[in-house]
Amino acid sequence: MAHKRREMLVDPLVDNNPITLQVLGICSALAVTSSMQVALVMTIAVTFVTAFASMFISIIRNHIPGSIRIIVQMVIIASLVILVDQILKAYAFEISKTLSVFVGLIITNCIVMGRAEAFAMKNPPIDSFIDGVGNGLGYGLILMLVGFIRELFGSGSLFGVTIFETVNNGGWYVPNGMLLLPPSAFFIIGLIIWAFRAWKPAQVEEREYKIQTVDAH
Amino acid sequence: MSDEQQQDASKGPIGRFLAQPADSISKTIFVAVAVCLVASMVVSAAAVALRPLQEVNALKDKQINILQVAGVYDPEEDVVEAFAAFEPHVLELATGEFTDAFDATTFDDRAAADDPELSVELEDDPAGIGRQSKFVTVYLLRDEAGSIDKVVLPIYGYGLWSTLYGYIALENNGNDIYGLQFYEHGETPGLGAEVDNPLWKAQWNGKKLEDEDEILQINVSKAVTPAGPDYHVDALAGATLTSDGVHNLVNFWMGEAGFSLFLDNLKAGNV
Repeated sequence: MAHKRREMLVDPLVDNNPITLQVLGICSALAVTSSMQVALVMTIAVTFVTAFASMFISIIRNHIPGSIRIIVQMVIIASLVILVDQILKAYAFEISKTLSVFVGLIITNCIVMGRAEAFAMKNPPIDSFIDGVGNGLGYGLILMLVGFIRELFGSGSLFGVTIFETVNNGGWYVPNGMLLLPPSAFFIIGLIIWAFRAWKPAQVEEREYKIQTVDAH
Repeated sequence: MSDEQQQDASKGPIGRFLAQPADSISKTIFVAVAVCLVASMVVSAAAVALRPLQEVNALKDKQINILQVAGVYDPEEDVVEAFAAFEPHVLELATGEFTDAFDATTFDDRAAADDPELSVELEDDPAGIGRQSKFVTVYLLRDEAGSIDKVVLPIYGYGLWSTLYGYIALENNGNDIYGLQFYEHGETPGLGAEVDNPLWKAQWNGKKLEDEDEILQINVSKAVTPAGPDYHVDALAGATLTSDGVHNLVNFWMGEAGFSLFLDNLKAGNV
C-alpha cells in the first residue's frame, strides 16, 4: 500500500504529468509563469485546492447523487478557491494583486475537476488527497520549469534576485522581452512536452490516422 | 421482523437516511443543502476572520498609491513612515476650503458618499458615481521650505465594468498634472486594466488641465484635440469604454462639481 501511495505521488510528476501528458491547466500555466515567485504561489494554491477538494469529495463520494455530481464538486472546489484567495489577500497582498483573476480561475483549472471526477469519486479520502498533492506538484513542476526559463532569460533574475545584470541596469545581458509575454510559455511548454516524450517514448500518443502506403507497380 | 428491517432499525433515523441510495430525491436535496451550507459557512468564516488583515493591506496599498502618484515611493522605505510626509485634510467641495469638522486621518470618503447627510445625489453625473460626497480627503506634500509642493486628490468614476478609484497628483500651480493612478478597479485584464500600465500612466506626467483661457481641456481620446498635445492622453487600445470613463471622471473631478474651487484657491495661494 505504501508503495502504491508513493507511486501516486511521484507518478504525476513525469510519467503522468497533468500538463505535459494530459495537456490540462494550460491557461494558467501561460499566465502566471513570468516570474518564479508567482509561479510558486500558484503551485501551492493549486496543490492545496486539488488535494483538499479531492479529499472532501472522496469523503462524501458515496452520498453524492449522480444527477448533481458536478455541481457538488464545483461548490467544494469553489469554496476552497475563495478560501485561498482570502488567505492570499490577507497574508500575501502583493502576490495576490499579481495573480489577480488567476486565483479565482483555479476553479476552472481542469486538473482540479479532472482529479475529482476521475479519481476522488472512486477512491478513499487519503488516497485522493495524495493523488491531489501529486497532481498539484506535477502541475507545479512544469510551472516552475517554465517560470525558471521565462524569468531567467526574460528579466535576468530568479525569484527577483538578479542573475544576469541587464543592459538597462548597466550590465551585459539583453533580456528577451518575448519571454515575458504569455505566448512564449506556449513555445516553452511545447518544447518541454517534446523533451518528455523523447525521454519517455511511451507518452507519445498514437496517431489518430493511418498513413496509407501505395505499392509501387 | 425480517433481518433487513432489523438492520435498518439498528442504524437509527440518520443512518437509515444516509443508507438511502444517493440518487433518491430527498437525499439529492439533502446533499445539495448540506454541501451549500457547510461551504458557505467556511467561506464566510474565512472572510470575517481575515477581514481586519485585509483592511490593513488595503490601507497600506492606498498609501503606497498616494506615495507613487506623488512620485515619492521608495520600496525600501517603511510605508507608514514615508506616508507621514503627507498632510491629510478634509476638503469641503462646495467651498473649496478645508474643514476641521472631521478627523482627516480617519475620515472615510467612500462611506461618506453613501451617507445621505454627507453626500448629494447627482443629476448631471458624467462620472457615473450616483452620489457624491460633499467632503473628501486630500493630501498635501510640502517641500523643505514648508510651501506646498504637490497636492494629491482622490478621483473615481465608472469605467466599463467597475468604478475606478484613484488619485491625481497636481503641481502646486494647480494646473500641471504630476501623475494619475488607480488603486482599485475591475476592468478587463489586458484591455481596460491597462490603466495600470506604467507606460500609459507615465503619459499623464506634465499634462495640463486648463488652457490659457482657463477652459478645462484635458482629454483621454484617440487623437490629439485642437487644444494641443499638452492636454491629450492617448486612449487605451481596445478599451474605449474604460478610456471614456477615465476621460469623464477626470473632467468631472477637475470641473465645477469637483475640485475647481479648491484649485482656484490653490492658484490664488489661499491654501
